[in-house]
Formats: sequence, structure tokens, C-alpha cells
Amino acid sequence: MDQKRSTLSLFEDNDLATELRLGLPGTDDQPEIKSSLSSNKRSSSEMGSNICIDENESRLVPPAKEQIVGWPPVRSYRKNIFLLKRTESETGSGMYVKVSMDGAPYLRKLDLKMYTSYEELMKALQEMFKCIIGLYFEREGDNGSQHALSYEDKEGDWMLVGDVPWDIFMSSCKRLRIMKSCEVKGLGDSL
Amino acid sequence: MSDDTSPGCATTAAAGSGGSSGKVRAPVSSSGDGGSFTAHPDQVLENVIENVLVFLTSRRDRSTVSLVCKSWYRAEAYTRSDLFIGNCYAIAPNRVTNRFKRIRSVSLKGKPRFADFSLLPADWGAYFTRWVHAMSLAYRALEKIYLKRMSVTDDDLSVIARSFPCFKELVLVCCEGFGTSGLAVVVSECRNLRVLELIEDEVSDDETDWISCFPEGTTNLESLCFDCVEAEVNFDALEKLVARSPMLKKLKLNMFVSIGELYRLVVRAPQLTHLGTGAFNPLVEIGQQQGDNQELDYTSLFAACKSIVCLSGFREIAPEYFPTIVPLCGNLTSLNLSYANVNAEQFKPVIRHCHKLQVFWAMDSICDEGLQAVADTCKDLRELRVFPVDPHEYDEGPVSEVGLLAISLGCRKLQSILYFCQQMTNAAVIAMSKNCPDLVVFRLCIIGRYRPDRVTGEPMDEGFGAIVKNCKKLTRLAVSGLLTDKAFSYIGQYGKLVRTLSVAFAGDSDAGLKSVLEGCTNLQKLEIRDSPFGDSGLQPGLHQFYNMRFVWMSSCRVTRQWCLEVARRLPKLVVEVFSRDEEEGERGDFVETLYMYRSLDGPRPDAPQFVEIL
Repeated sequence: MDQKRSTLSLFEDNDLATELRLGLPGTDDQPEIKSSLSSNKRSSSEMGSNICIDENESRLVPPAKEQIVGWPPVRSYRKNIFLLKRTESETGSGMYVKVSMDGAPYLRKLDLKMYTSYEELMKALQEMFKCIIGLYFEREGDNGSQHALSYEDKEGDWMLVGDVPWDIFMSSCKRLRIMKSCEVKGLGDSL
Repeated sequence: MSDDTSPGCATTAAAGSGGSSGKVRAPVSSSGDGGSFTAHPDQVLENVIENVLVFLTSRRDRSTVSLVCKSWYRAEAYTRSDLFIGNCYAIAPNRVTNRFKRIRSVSLKGKPRFADFSLLPADWGAYFTRWVHAMSLAYRALEKIYLKRMSVTDDDLSVIARSFPCFKELVLVCCEGFGTSGLAVVVSECRNLRVLELIEDEVSDDETDWISCFPEGTTNLESLCFDCVEAEVNFDALEKLVARSPMLKKLKLNMFVSIGELYRLVVRAPQLTHLGTGAFNPLVEIGQQQGDNQELDYTSLFAACKSIVCLSGFREIAPEYFPTIVPLCGNLTSLNLSYANVNAEQFKPVIRHCHKLQVFWAMDSICDEGLQAVADTCKDLRELRVFPVDPHEYDEGPVSEVGLLAISLGCRKLQSILYFCQQMTNAAVIAMSKNCPDLVVFRLCIIGRYRPDRVTGEPMDEGFGAIVKNCKKLTRLAVSGLLTDKAFSYIGQYGKLVRTLSVAFAGDSDAGLKSVLEGCTNLQKLEIRDSPFGDSGLQPGLHQFYNMRFVWMSSCRVTRQWCLEVARRLPKLVVEVFSRDEEEGERGDFVETLYMYRSLDGPRPDAPQFVEIL
């Protein structure tokens, strides 16, 4: 409900008729929370961690950008388009690298120019391959992730991603590989 | 027939669709054909019937014909050349090959549609293998295979390549499990290949240069569509292939074909009618320069393409090239921009030339303003799909009730719509129901779950109610937004022709589902997720489930006990129950996913560990 209020405040000057309310037309009182929204009628799956339920509000208002499995119903390659989409300032050149993941049969291609930081790259990869990748340069030790990201540089060596500044990485990366964390030992000197 | 099921039931399942009105047939009486096989008039009659039946193509008519009597049943089986099986688990391959001996074309569908949205665990099934093996023995003259949502391996593709000397057409839609090496075998060994269409498949990149595997010399290729293949292709080989394929009418390229390469291909194939443009972007690999700066004249190129009526692709569109397609627009009947993130300003100058457009797919980046432009120009529009660029829940989005209303006012002949948005009003939906009476498919996805009417704050019941009430030809419906049981009572009351219904995050109680199952007498496919429907809602469906292709309920309130009970009461129904791994212990009595379908041959032998068949 708090989210709704902040949006509504933008419309303060508008006609009352267009104000977003939950009540039936004709009721001028406080918007009534409809009984159909009361949480005890929802199936138990909706009580999962995805949805915040405030005791004072019966309305289930999911926070924006949360991930519900399979929602909205668009096929996954369409979701990937969003991650790979071009901004209007792009003039058409790209820096494509192949990305493979151990155990997955599919290779993908990514345009490194779409990303300005390791975080963005990780996010895109995690979305694309549905996995969690640990970033080793953060030195958090074993953060429990299943996978690590390595890249093949210009000299053909395989290095862990994250050890060099982003710009240098961009210019030297030829290929990416998402590998299992347990196989990381012995890779690259920078560990 | 050696089995104890009636030919009627076999027909219903083998025909794959609802059969003739979907009712379960009583066994055909054995005295139906007059009893005698030696009577001369019967022989003549059978020959006559066969000669007539050759002209009968509708599978529903054929179903009906096969039920008249044994003689007609045999004649129909002998003359059927196109086989359609809507659920690959509804019948075993050998039952099919026993009945039909002279099949030329097979269409098979596998996984339920919600598999597209990661709601079906991997390795669930729908394997093509046992089918291809059965067919390789029984149907040597097979020419065409169409598969949707099946799991196909490279080995399966090899079997196809080896087993059918006359093989001409392979169409794979939403399939997975194979790679470029499988494709290489098909293209090199199927010498009569005319059609190879890969549509929305997951194809693994085995780094095989499959395009080079087409045999030398002139090919019979009429259609080559590989826009979903996320692997580089050998462009030189592709160019040579196109040059030696004079019959090529449909060519759909993948995202790795640059616009410069597209130019070279189109120049070699002026006879194309369907073009998928690939990246539509100069695309520069690492290490390469921007190009010799020879700026090709794409506008002139496209102006010379008089035959192109269907345009798609634009996988990585560089918007400055978009206007070059304008010379094509006047001839286009189909335009697919659903991968092109173009805004309204870029879009409007192009769409205003597309007077003949009947099918239009786009991203919501064109905004309500772009949809208004469509409404102004595309008076003949039959099908519209609007996909979200950013598929997350927001308070606002680039398209809304404004765009929907505009379309309804401008495109009166609309028959099919799929519309993703963040907000909607009942008024706009009601307007569409009145302005577009020819609607057959209405799929509205309000991405924000449980969203009420943006203006009135009411549920979206009245909008969807108006759709089922006013659109008398409606057969497919997908609902969303805040919906109470009232919406479902409307659907049950008015949706008499509805065959497919998709529901997500909607309804209040079992009363809603009850209304649907009691009222929608033609319901074939029911898919529901995350809605408060359970056992008593499903109960009225008991008389209906044998007439349906499938029922899918996930994250609802169906108990295991009910599933056991229905499995017991309806022995020809396969009742599958499974979870999405992590969800295992959270659901208590309720099953995570229920997927049930009729089958003549009992539970499938290939169910994975995590699927329980009751």
C-alpha cells in the first residue's frame, strides 16, 4: 500500500474521479479493502518468500522487479532480449563472446559492450543460465555459490573473471566459461 | 482390433483434437457393416468409399466417417495420410501404426504449454524417440514431420534421415534436446528436403557447420528457417546454398547474420516471399574494423523485392536501418517486430505504409502511440501480439488501455490478440468486445498481478465478461488482473465455444472453477496456476475430463487424496502429480502440480522419478 501511496501523491492535483481507489464507485469513504483480497483465501504457495504481506493490509502488493517463476508468461529467450537489448545510443558495433556453461548443452553469445561493470555482466549471465555465480574478487570466501566465471584471454589462458579492471577485461576477453566452483582450484595466478 | 477399447475412443485420441464434439463414444456394434465380407456390393462400396475419402482432409470429418461402420473404419484408416496427435502420451505409437498404414505426414505435440515458462521440470518427457522408431518401421513413405514441444535428440534426427527416403519437410516448434550436429545429418542425407523450419527451439551449438552439409548441386529447398539457432553459420556456405536453391521462398536467418550479409543473400533470392532478416545490424566481431565503409543501398534492395509478404527477424536491430524496409511495407501481410526494441518515433514512419498488414507482432517499446499508428493504418489487421521489453511488474508500462482501445477502434476485423501490459481498464476491454466481434483468441496479460481496473479500482470481471458475452466466436481465452469468481461465472455462462482457457493468480474460491467446468461444454485445454481452486472446484469436471486434451493445475489447492480418487474413478485418465524440486515439503496436503490427460494406453513408461502417476 505504501508503494501505491507514493504513486498516488503524484496525482494530487488531479480530479478525484481518476484517483486510484479500491472501493466501489459511489463510495466516497476510505477505500474498502475487498474481502476477496483477504490473505487467508490465497493458496499457500502465495505465502512464499516472494510476497510481502503486511498485517495491516490485506492487499498483496508484490515489490517491483521480483522474480516469480514463469511470470509473466513470456518464453525465456524473450526475457533474455531485455538483458541484451540495445540502447539507442549504440551505433551498431558489438563485442560478442561465446559463453558456455559446464553441463549445459547450449552456448550463448553475449555482447560485452552492453555492460559497464562486472555486476551487470553477472546479472545477465545468471538470468540467462539460471545459476548463481560467485564473484571471487570480492574475497568473501566461499559464499556458497555453485559456479564461477572464467574467461579466455588474448593469449589463450583461462583466468578467473573479476581480477582486473572492467575495461581491461573487456578488451582481453575472448570467451567465457561458467564452471563449477569445485573446479576453480589451480586456475590462473591471481588466486 | 485386438484391444477392448472402442474404435470411437481410439479415434478421439488418435485424431488428437476433441474428436467429433469430444463425446466418448460407445463401442461400435459389430453388426454395423452388414456382417458379410464376401458380399460383392460391400466390396464395391468399400472401394468407392476409399476413392471418396481420399478427398476428405479434415480430421474431424475423418473421425466421424470412421465411426459409421467397420467397413468405413477400414477405408478411412487405409486412406488417411495425415496423422495428428495432440498429446503424444494419449496413445502408444504401435496402436497408431497398427491402425493407419499409409501415413505421409505426422504432427505430434508433447509438453503442456506451461513448460515454456519453466513450470515443468526438465526431463519430464515428451520424447520423440519411441515415435520415430515405430514410424521408421511402419511409414517408409513418410514425407513430413511436425513436432511441437517435444524432446528430440540428434539420434532421432539421424533416424529420420536414414529411414524415410522420400522425406521432404521437417518443422520443429519449441523443441529441445538436439544440436547442430543433428541438423547436419538431416540436411546431408535427406536429399529431397524442401522444408526445414526451426521455430523457437533450443538448439545446442555443437560447433558443427551444418549449412555446409547440404549436398552439392541445385536443391529443392523451399523453406529454410533457423532464426532460433544460437550458433554462427558459415556464411559463405549459406550464400552458395541460397544461390543454388531456385525454389527458395522462405528464408529466416538467425541473429548472427549481419545486415551486410543479408544484403548478399537477398540479392541472390529475389523470389523470396518470407524473409527473416537476422540481426539487421552491421554486427562487428572483436578485432574487426567497422567495415570498408561501403554503405550498401538497402532501400533499393528492398524496393526490388516485390514478392516479400512476410517480414520478421530484426534480432539486434540498429534503428537507423529500419526505414530501409519502407519500400516493402505496401506488400506486407505479416510483420514480426517482436525482437525489435524500436520506439514510437522510429516505428511510426514505417508502419504508416503497411496498409495490407494482417499479422503484426511487436514489442511494447512502440508504446500506445505506436499502437495508435497501427490502428490508423492497418485496417485489415487480424492478429496482434504485443510483448513486453521489460517483463517485470511495474506500476506503469509503455502500453496500456489506451493502446488497446485504439486498436479496437481501428482494427475492426481483429481475430486474435495477445497483449501484455501493466495496467488495464474494464472500459477498454468492453470496448474491444463490442468493436471486434470476430475475436477468436483473446489473451490479455496484465503483468501486475491482482491489478484492478486502473480507473475504477474494480476487478476486471466485467471486461472479461463482456468478451465472452459479445465475442461469439471466441475459442481461446487467457485472463489476468484482479478477478473474482464472478468473472468465471461469466465464462461458464457465455463461453460455450471456449476450448482453451488459461488462468493465473485469479479467482476467490472453488465456485469459480465450478462455473467453468459446468458451463464450458467445449473445453479442451485448461491451464491454471496460483489460484485458490481445489477439489470441489474440479469435481464437476469428472464428466468432462475424458473429453479434454489436458488439465493443468499448479500452485492451487488440489489435494493428493482427490487426485487419487479421480485416478481411481477414471481409469483412462493419466493423473500426474509432481513438484518443482525446491517446493517439495511446503505444500502439505496440496499437490504442487497436477497434470492430467486421457490416454488409451495407460500411464507412460518413461515418466521420470519425480513424476508420480496415480
